[in-house]
Amino acid sequence: MFLKDYIKEVYGAVKSLIVGMRRTGYYFTHHKEIITEQYPDNRATLKLADRFKGEVVMPHNENNEHRCTGCTACELACPNGTIKVVTKFDITPEGKKKKAIDKLVYHLELCTMCNLCVTACPSDAIKMAQTFEHSVYDRNKLTKILNNPGSKIMEGVE
Amino acid sequence: MVEELGKTTEGDLIINVGPQHPATHGVLHLVITLNGETIKNVEPHLGYIHRSIEKMSESLTYRQFIYVTSRMDYLSAHINNHACAMCVEKGLQIEVPERAQVIRVIMDELTRIASHELWWGAMAMDLGALTPFFYAFRERETINEIMEETCGARLTMNYMVPGGVLQDLHPDFQRKVKEFIQLYKRKIHEYDELVTGNIIFQNRMKGVGYLSPEDAVSYGCSGPVTRGSGVSSDIRKHYPYEIYDKLEFDEILETGCDSFARYLVRIREMEQSVRIIEQLIDNIPEGDYQAKTKAVLKLPKGEFYQRVETARGELGVYIVSEGGTTPYRIKYRSPGFSNLSVLNKIATGSKLGDLVAMMGTLDLVIPDIDR
Amino acid sequence: MWSLSQIAGSIHEWLSTTFNPTIALVLEMVIAGVAIIGLFAVLGLVLVIMERKVAAWIQIRLGPNRVGPKGLLQSAADTVKLLVKEGMTPDGADKFLFNLAPFIAMIVAMLLMAPIAFAKDFQFWDLNIGILYVSSISSIMVISILMAGWSSNNKYSLMGAMRSGAQIVSYELSAGLAILTIVVLTGSLQVSEIVQSQANGWWLFKGHIPAIIAFVIFMIAVTAETNRAPFDLAEAESELTAGFHTEYSGMKFALFFLSEYVNVFIVCAIGATLFLGGWMPFHIGNWEAFNHVMDYIPSSIWFFGKTFFLIFLIMWFRWTFPRLRIDQLLNLEWKYLLPISMVNLLLMTALAILGWYF
Repeated sequence: MFLKDYIKEVYGAVKSLIVGMRRTGYYFTHHKEIITEQYPDNRATLKLADRFKGEVVMPHNENNEHRCTGCTACELACPNGTIKVVTKFDITPEGKKKKAIDKLVYHLELCTMCNLCVTACPSDAIKMAQTFEHSVYDRNKLTKILNNPGSKIMEGVE
Repeated sequence: MVEELGKTTEGDLIINVGPQHPATHGVLHLVITLNGETIKNVEPHLGYIHRSIEKMSESLTYRQFIYVTSRMDYLSAHINNHACAMCVEKGLQIEVPERAQVIRVIMDELTRIASHELWWGAMAMDLGALTPFFYAFRERETINEIMEETCGARLTMNYMVPGGVLQDLHPDFQRKVKEFIQLYKRKIHEYDELVTGNIIFQNRMKGVGYLSPEDAVSYGCSGPVTRGSGVSSDIRKHYPYEIYDKLEFDEILETGCDSFARYLVRIREMEQSVRIIEQLIDNIPEGDYQAKTKAVLKLPKGEFYQRVETARGELGVYIVSEGGTTPYRIKYRSPGFSNLSVLNKIATGSKLGDLVAMMGTLDLVIPDIDR
Repeated sequence: MWSLSQIAGSIHEWLSTTFNPTIALVLEMVIAGVAIIGLFAVLGLVLVIMERKVAAWIQIRLGPNRVGPKGLLQSAADTVKLLVKEGMTPDGADKFLFNLAPFIAMIVAMLLMAPIAFAKDFQFWDLNIGILYVSSISSIMVISILMAGWSSNNKYSLMGAMRSGAQIVSYELSAGLAILTIVVLTGSLQVSEIVQSQANGWWLFKGHIPAIIAFVIFMIAVTAETNRAPFDLAEAESELTAGFHTEYSGMKFALFFLSEYVNVFIVCAIGATLFLGGWMPFHIGNWEAFNHVMDYIPSSIWFFGKTFFLIFLIMWFRWTFPRLRIDQLLNLEWKYLLPISMVNLLLMTALAILGWYF
């Protein structure tokens, strides 16, 4: 009886090992199951999800105009001081002073991609871009100014 | 080190496992007193990744502090965010639309599966089998892609906001989730073939790391760790939140009290999560994904507590409000800390190799312990 | 037909006609030494890239594919990297033993090359106790591991070394008994005779069930003896970071690494010699045409083919199974493998006496 149990035990043990080896053997011989993506080579075909939160950008139209009014809602919404809005006063053709942005400074190195600034923006001036290759050799390059030089606010955006 | 030296007798060996060590999956520091290969004492040293998340949360508004909690237990980031959002909703007495509730529950369960997948792979790796890690990541990757498509990020999603979810579901969401369930059902038997049924694995797990039900309760353990000892502790069953009380699923209980029981609990919990998702995925109600909230949230004066079941156990969020825009005091009750405290109890007397297996079955995430 | 033994023979002839016998002998020794070191390096490179490719395909990955055609030069690039790295010696270490240990590991691996028959009539040293020589020299391996572990002055290293000592000493027994099972059949310890005795069929097939059991036990025991997973307790990375070679870096680490792979090759070569007929081609009874085709394949290809098949088996084990615990490891040896192989040896002796083998 003892011997029977002993042999049974050894048989069960060997069987469980062979089952595992059959599984790995299957993958060894079936190369179509390989899931590796060869990243830098597949850059051309790489498609990121359209909601992917890569970095904050400010879209400009063809006349170099953006939609930012300089209301600082994004700056207030940001949990860790990533966005800094620097405002100036433009003189409108009627001679009135009007608040506008001088620079919208964005610290990519601080950003946690939480999307709170984009949802806070009342005029849809900023959005998340689907970029992800952010590494640079100089840390200063991570501090970005989102509005293009010489850009101004779009007509009709208040 | 010095005080530990005082406790030892001659012939004992003190080794430091960590802060940098392949088995701790982070910066946990264990001071282990060994007698030969047998463990006499394990003392965890914490604080290497303390970022004072509780204090940070006190200076952030009720919308902002949620994102910080993704960084606590990063493997169940969704569920952490969910707990915080629910606690704020409790204070503001916001009625969350049903669609948002369903979306939240599906996301929670997907996160739970992803977390358990990673745990399964990492635990097999701790035991010396490197291959299961890659198979686990194949399935986990599918979940990550679903998350990326709908939430915009793969690990720290920040998808939950007070009052609902940040964005509506992606149009492909339902199809992708169904594809994942198909994949999962096709591949789950490999887990049994490769690890669960393996005789070496079973010998490493069975009868090791005995945690009695009494100890599990008195150390304040939660989640799969207690359920492996046969103590019913599922918050989703006992204090149902969102729509969990309307769903059909079982609380997994194993009475083995050893590492293998805790292992089985997690494996079977994945099946239950799939079962929950299957019930919901075709029945997502139409409607708003977010309740109308004010731009600036102000909680009334008072104390609010909300608990949820994360992949690791019970997470509690306790907010003390003075009526302002930021919490006066915030406290997270994280599952990892109490689960870690039981390590010395279960590891004493076993071999060094088993310590790794026990840490694997406790499913420790170090930022969750240290915060 | 063109073969390794002919090349060796013509070199010998040319040397003995050109120089006087003493110089010819010295030159032959130098050539043999260079050949062994060359084989050592090539084996290291080939086995490392093979292991990485096997691991990758099992793990649904692609594996190295950047350096050279299909990544085949990856291990050469790694070797260059290891060569130019600084070989650090820790401050608290016993410097003499610390630096000596990797060389002992390597010398042992080199010595073990001597009695292996790589092809028909191609062997460095066909001594009459060949198999005994292999099993005794391979026990010296543990000394280098113990030396490395002790002299590193590191607790992880020490524990790894102690585990390794206990492990190798126990598994030598069942490896030895498995070898004895075949020696009972051949009646000789000489490698060339063992191979010759399998001219009409390999022992794995001729020796019935006891030979198959002995083969399985041999494979398990040598996996343990070479410290490979699932018996890699000496360097269990999730418990002991890197075990006995935690403190080694650069080329000193590479020597341990290399000797591990060469040891795997050697034990598989011994396995192939004992159970799979060494360089003997595969013959089936009286299928004349089939046997003739098999004879046409060079003997060195047969030998390396069989050896690499066994190496693949060992790699397959490594990438499938979890690691054992130290007490389970010793239990497996003393409670399962040793009794089984003893009974098996008895069975085989009875079989040999009764002449119930082909």
